[in-house]
Amino acid sequence: MVDQLSWKVGGQQGEGIDSTGEIFAMALNRLGYYLYSYRHFSSRIKGGHTNNKIRVSTKQTRSISDDLDILIAFDQETIDVNVHEMRDGGVVIGDAKFNPVVPEGSNVRLFSVPFTEIANELGTSLMKNMVAIGATSAVLDLPAESYIEVVEEIFSRKGAKVVEKNMDAIRKGAEFFNEAAGGPIEGFQLEKADGKKRMFMIGNDAIALGFVAGGVRFMAAYPITPASEIMEYLIKKLPQFGGTVIQTEDEIAACTMAIGANYAGVRTVTSSAGPGLSLMMESIGLAGMTETPLVVVDTQRGGPSTGLPTKQEQSDLMAMIYGTHGEIPKVVMAPSTAEEAFYDAVEALNIAEEYQCPVILLTDLQLSLGKQSVEPLDFSKVEIRRGTLDLNAEIPEEEGGYYKRYELTESGISPRVIPGMKNGIHHVTGVEHDETGKPSEVAGNRLKQMDKRLRKLKNLKFNTPVVKYTPNEEADLLLVGFNSTRGVIEEVIPRLEAEGIKVNHAHLRLIHPFPIEEMKPLIDSAKRVAVIENNATGQLANILKMNLGSHQKIESILKYDGNPFLPSEIFNKCKELV
Amino acid sequence: MATFKDFRNSVKPNWCPGCGDFSVQASIQRAAANVGLEPNDLAVISGIGCSGRISGYIKSYGFHGIHGRVLPIAQGVKMANRDLTVIASGGDGDGFAIGMGHTVHAIRRNIDVTYIVMDNQIYGLTKGQTSPRSAEGFKTKSTPEGSVESAIGIMELALTAGATFVAQSFSSDLKELTAIIQKGIEHKGFSLINVFSPCVTYNKVNTYDWFKEHLTSLDTIEGYDSSNRMMAMQTLMEHDGLVKGIIYQNKEKPSYQDLAHGYSKEALSKADLKMDEEKFNGLLAEFM
Repeated sequence: MVDQLSWKVGGQQGEGIDSTGEIFAMALNRLGYYLYSYRHFSSRIKGGHTNNKIRVSTKQTRSISDDLDILIAFDQETIDVNVHEMRDGGVVIGDAKFNPVVPEGSNVRLFSVPFTEIANELGTSLMKNMVAIGATSAVLDLPAESYIEVVEEIFSRKGAKVVEKNMDAIRKGAEFFNEAAGGPIEGFQLEKADGKKRMFMIGNDAIALGFVAGGVRFMAAYPITPASEIMEYLIKKLPQFGGTVIQTEDEIAACTMAIGANYAGVRTVTSSAGPGLSLMMESIGLAGMTETPLVVVDTQRGGPSTGLPTKQEQSDLMAMIYGTHGEIPKVVMAPSTAEEAFYDAVEALNIAEEYQCPVILLTDLQLSLGKQSVEPLDFSKVEIRRGTLDLNAEIPEEEGGYYKRYELTESGISPRVIPGMKNGIHHVTGVEHDETGKPSEVAGNRLKQMDKRLRKLKNLKFNTPVVKYTPNEEADLLLVGFNSTRGVIEEVIPRLEAEGIKVNHAHLRLIHPFPIEEMKPLIDSAKRVAVIENNATGQLANILKMNLGSHQKIESILKYDGNPFLPSEIFNKCKELV
Repeated sequence: MATFKDFRNSVKPNWCPGCGDFSVQASIQRAAANVGLEPNDLAVISGIGCSGRISGYIKSYGFHGIHGRVLPIAQGVKMANRDLTVIASGGDGDGFAIGMGHTVHAIRRNIDVTYIVMDNQIYGLTKGQTSPRSAEGFKTKSTPEGSVESAIGIMELALTAGATFVAQSFSSDLKELTAIIQKGIEHKGFSLINVFSPCVTYNKVNTYDWFKEHLTSLDTIEGYDSSNRMMAMQTLMEHDGLVKGIIYQNKEKPSYQDLAHGYSKEALSKADLKMDEEKFNGLLAEFM
């Protein structure tokens, strides 16, 4: 019995590779296993190699594994491209249709199963995926009936017959494999899972759910990989709450429309990836200058330019912190799990309204699209805080009839009203302005308003700006990361500890304003610091150095080939460092 | 009830004496009062340029945005609060050069916003460069030998983009301009009102006298029917776009807000944001 396994299915894009992985994972999720998936795909719809790698474990895991136990191949290319990942004695199951072969010298067990032929016998080659799932079940010694709930959910609207045929395909796949292999293969049976109900979702789902729960009623967005799922979820859900989504003509319109709607009092978001964020930068400055709440999601992908649109990278960091001309108050948040992504989506909305400024909710492709197990979310933690906005306030009439929307206050946060409110009339402009919003270039006023805006975040209240694992008062090595690298770092830590290395871990959940107070003692008490990030220039490491000094002990572990880190890559580099 | 004076504030416009924009400002103030608005029911969203300053000169909620983005901001405001009257305004550079993408899409989207363009065929605030409305051969700082680009026929373009309200006016005709803006506000859907608003400083060709000489009032065309899109197009082409009046109005087509699936009849800005727990748990269950 083993406590975890890695499984991968591969073939041509458009062949149902995703849904094969999906059905397999959903069934195991129902049994209470923890899952984590990584999709390898290209920016095209049909054709080209694609695969879906799924980690199954009895414990929470948020990282892909170094090696692979089982590979399901719908074509020879899948074997050729992926066989190097296989562990010794791993199982490759290929469709007999293409006469699968494994390279000479590879220590894997190959089984040829007629996926397509069995499916055709049952009526349609479309069911070859189900045959493959059946063969997998046989390897794992899971009863075919484990799939019935999932198969029913997916196919019941096509009729009971379709459900039965798909189940037959699973059973036949299992039967064929058992006959060919002479029963389940030793070393591939998973320990029993806890049977608890968990969600299985991508980070984008979690963010979108957070937005709905957090009171978003309008969204303006433009499709882009890997952000579109957020928009698609809100398109489905917002009408249930009276809200709606507009697919705009471009990201500039998306961002400025969101600003208009937030100004008028509705929690409105937009989401995009690097190219879209580049287009939004001027508008983000407008939100900063006009003190309009705004939440923008940036799902980082490979840059620059169109870059690697379907690949993992974390290279927007500097642009998100400093992007837009001039200087504005801005918050950059970076959840590292789907669960955090949910709570941070809610909190981003609160912070944007409380501090009246743009908030960037930063993710990366692997967090946005990698599917993971999530413990049920806590409704009691969903708060809606709108800062100084009181929709029912009775506003006394001011002299001159203009409301001081930009009143100079100690906190820098001014009272806020929205259009339609009586006696709340004020002017809003991206031009420097006085307390009522009237344009003013007077030097004294400029300083006062600039300082007011910038002091708003001096006292930013942020729960858990750094997710910490600090068993050591003095660490040989402090590992630092943000977004999706959390899981792989957590995977590496016990391995380093087993080598006698004292490791602490700090994962930044708030990137800007930089949590100096939280990070300084961790850096000071570490002999070396390894900043782990998916970019080529060590952006987070530079931010650390800029805020905390300690240049001599901060090292970078970088990966920017488009793929997430494997645990072994980090492990080896860390060992070199200490 | 508010009168046009209630839409005035004490800010002195920084427009040149004689600028066409003064009467656009006055017309908006009069039209707002005529349709029975209170200042807090109105949001004037404006772009960047001389004319973009207009949101600061009208006593109402006002948002002076960034160059070319007046329409998405205005549409966002309207989507957030459908009870507000939303006027978007700016210049021909703002709307037909940098903002043209938004203009076309706002037209076809048909959200209930009244868009008033102060069209002076020149860039004024940057001191006299060519605009997409400048005629071929027009000499400016950026086209010293005369523009070699064609001018955009914006009214024709609006018709082909699916506009439901297309009108043109002239800033020296306050009465007609006020009436057209009023009709634009009352129109259910997006209304585009292009106003010839002469720049007395940088445009010495398209002057008040030039427009008086060249503009044809649709009132003078016998049998003109503003519900006839084909007639509208033909008339525009026959007059090289130099007509004034309501060129086309489609009163049948519902606005975006009336068509958007599930979109609340109540202003979204007044919605209760708290979700009930049962609903929340239902959403979670979809991922299990």
